[in-house]
Amino acid sequence: MSADTLTGGTSSPDTSLPAGAGPVPPRQVRTGATRRPRTGGRRPWARALTVVALTLCAVVFLYPFVWLVSASFKPRSQVFDNALVPRTFTLDNYVAIWQSAPMGLWIANTLLVTVLATAAVTITSAMVAWGFAYYRFPGRNALFGLVLATMMLPGAVTMIPTFMIWNALGQSGTLTPLWAGNLFASAFYVFLLRQFFLGLPRDTFEAAKIDGANDLRLFWSVALPLCRPALVVTALFEAQASWTDLMKPLIYLRDSTTFTIPRGLKAMVDQFGFGGEFHWELIVTASVITTVPMIVLFFVGQRQFVDGIATTGTKG
Amino acid sequence: MTTTAGRSTTTGRTGTAVRPGARRAQNRDTRNALLFISPWIVGFLVFTLWPVLQSAWLSMTDYDVLHAARWVGWDNYVELVQDPKVAMSMGNTLLFTVLEVPAHVAVSLALALLLDRAGRASGFFRTVFFLPKMTPAVAVGALFLLVFNGQDGLVNRALALVGIDGPAWTTDPAWVKPGLVVMSLWTVGASVVIFLAALRAVPRDLLESATLDGAGPWARTRSITLPLISPSIFFVTVVSTIAAFQTFTESYTAFFGASSSAYGNDAALFYSIYLFQQGFEYLHMGFASAMAWVLFLVVLVVTLVQVRVSRRLVHYEGGE
Repeated sequence: MSADTLTGGTSSPDTSLPAGAGPVPPRQVRTGATRRPRTGGRRPWARALTVVALTLCAVVFLYPFVWLVSASFKPRSQVFDNALVPRTFTLDNYVAIWQSAPMGLWIANTLLVTVLATAAVTITSAMVAWGFAYYRFPGRNALFGLVLATMMLPGAVTMIPTFMIWNALGQSGTLTPLWAGNLFASAFYVFLLRQFFLGLPRDTFEAAKIDGANDLRLFWSVALPLCRPALVVTALFEAQASWTDLMKPLIYLRDSTTFTIPRGLKAMVDQFGFGGEFHWELIVTASVITTVPMIVLFFVGQRQFVDGIATTGTKG
Repeated sequence: MTTTAGRSTTTGRTGTAVRPGARRAQNRDTRNALLFISPWIVGFLVFTLWPVLQSAWLSMTDYDVLHAARWVGWDNYVELVQDPKVAMSMGNTLLFTVLEVPAHVAVSLALALLLDRAGRASGFFRTVFFLPKMTPAVAVGALFLLVFNGQDGLVNRALALVGIDGPAWTTDPAWVKPGLVVMSLWTVGASVVIFLAALRAVPRDLLESATLDGAGPWARTRSITLPLISPSIFFVTVVSTIAAFQTFTESYTAFFGASSSAYGNDAALFYSIYLFQQGFEYLHMGFASAMAWVLFLVVLVVTLVQVRVSRRLVHYEGGE
């Protein structure tokens, strides 16, 4: 795996993560030249059958999405109908939702939390990863083992004492607990980024050192730029995690003006869904508003998402 | 520190001649390394170690935020064993896990196997299968209520097309968990990506020579592909098991919170949800801490069993 890691890091540093199996093989496959003979030439019907099966699966996976977006443009009485193109097209739901909930405020809160959480965890995790990857010092492996061990701990164990800390600091009810914990790096990203740093050629850093770069410059101006693909993966993962999180907003936020979008959507399900006023069209619309930014995020960083996930899987 | 000084000389300097300088360099390296690592060290002490100790202590107390914690020894654990809702929620969680994990692994593996054979189209389909994974879990919970609605939901409409009268997924206790499992299969995209990456790493010549030896597609998959990607299967199994044990958001969104009075469904009361309710809705924080430690132990034991079993089933290259 380390050999792959080196090629991933040196020959094409801007393409992707140094995934063991991630970025290199798929590209070879797509060229077509190295395709396995069994699927292409010999049995075209097998290939056709595969594509038919995939298409059926794709319809099942996409249908709820398309239906959801479509339903958000239907009037209340037609929300549950099966038509993918609304019989009556209306923007009323989007207007109504803006009037019935502080949507703009929720979006602003979520954006703020997401940006701060993402920036904080990406920078600090890169620092920590660099500390573990570049330096040799006594106790390093034991300490890194501890980093990995913390990943085994279910969040439920630390949830209540963490709440007590923020409560004691007077931060319960504010957005701070939703992101400030990220200032202290995160084990998973430290692991991911360290793996990447280890794949970079050490000569680069020795050369920079001989040229007179101090340790901070070495990290900031040499290592970080080289690490950009892995930083992007970290940022994308964390942006998704903090945008979609419900648990922390449930624990810390009480006043609806401080809500994030997922917390707001939960409040709307409570108010307009079962046990409430049955305005499913508003729930549908709020779901679309919550989801669309994540879809955009995915299309912006699709390759990094896919390579990043492939890496975590093949490292396991 | 002195004993390891020699290790710091990385670029071929001979140890004997520059030993004092090397030691100084080592000390400086250690200091700089610790500076870089310091965010994690502080975070570990404040947000992991301290909470773990605090949580262990809390589990032996009665604590409701408003009053000082009162020591009760093992009472919370005794109460926990006797609380029928703990047993019920653990039962629900175990059943959900037992249903979800095999289905999750099977579906994502099947999709990846199909993708691996799809040639140039695989990129497009991979995107399609991954997209639902981007849906926030709260929205998945809301979508569950809509799509699995007993009368008007998409699922039952689709079933009606083939002549099946679908159940009341969101209200019938017998069908809530199967419904949630099916819903969770909608978000297997990440596992598909992991399996596909593993499949692409299977050496082609191995499959080709098997073909020449007369092995059919099924034999090739079973005897070559699956053993070679077994580390990924193991990884996905462990990760999705841990996730299933902690399942919370989708079910909480659909069935609990402020809406729980009307339709709060015992069949959807998973362990993490009951733990959250005990801790943050009833403010039984000592009891909830005890529940958290029980969860930790259960997950730990299950993971260790999986690791033990995997030693016989998982094939690591270069091993044997």
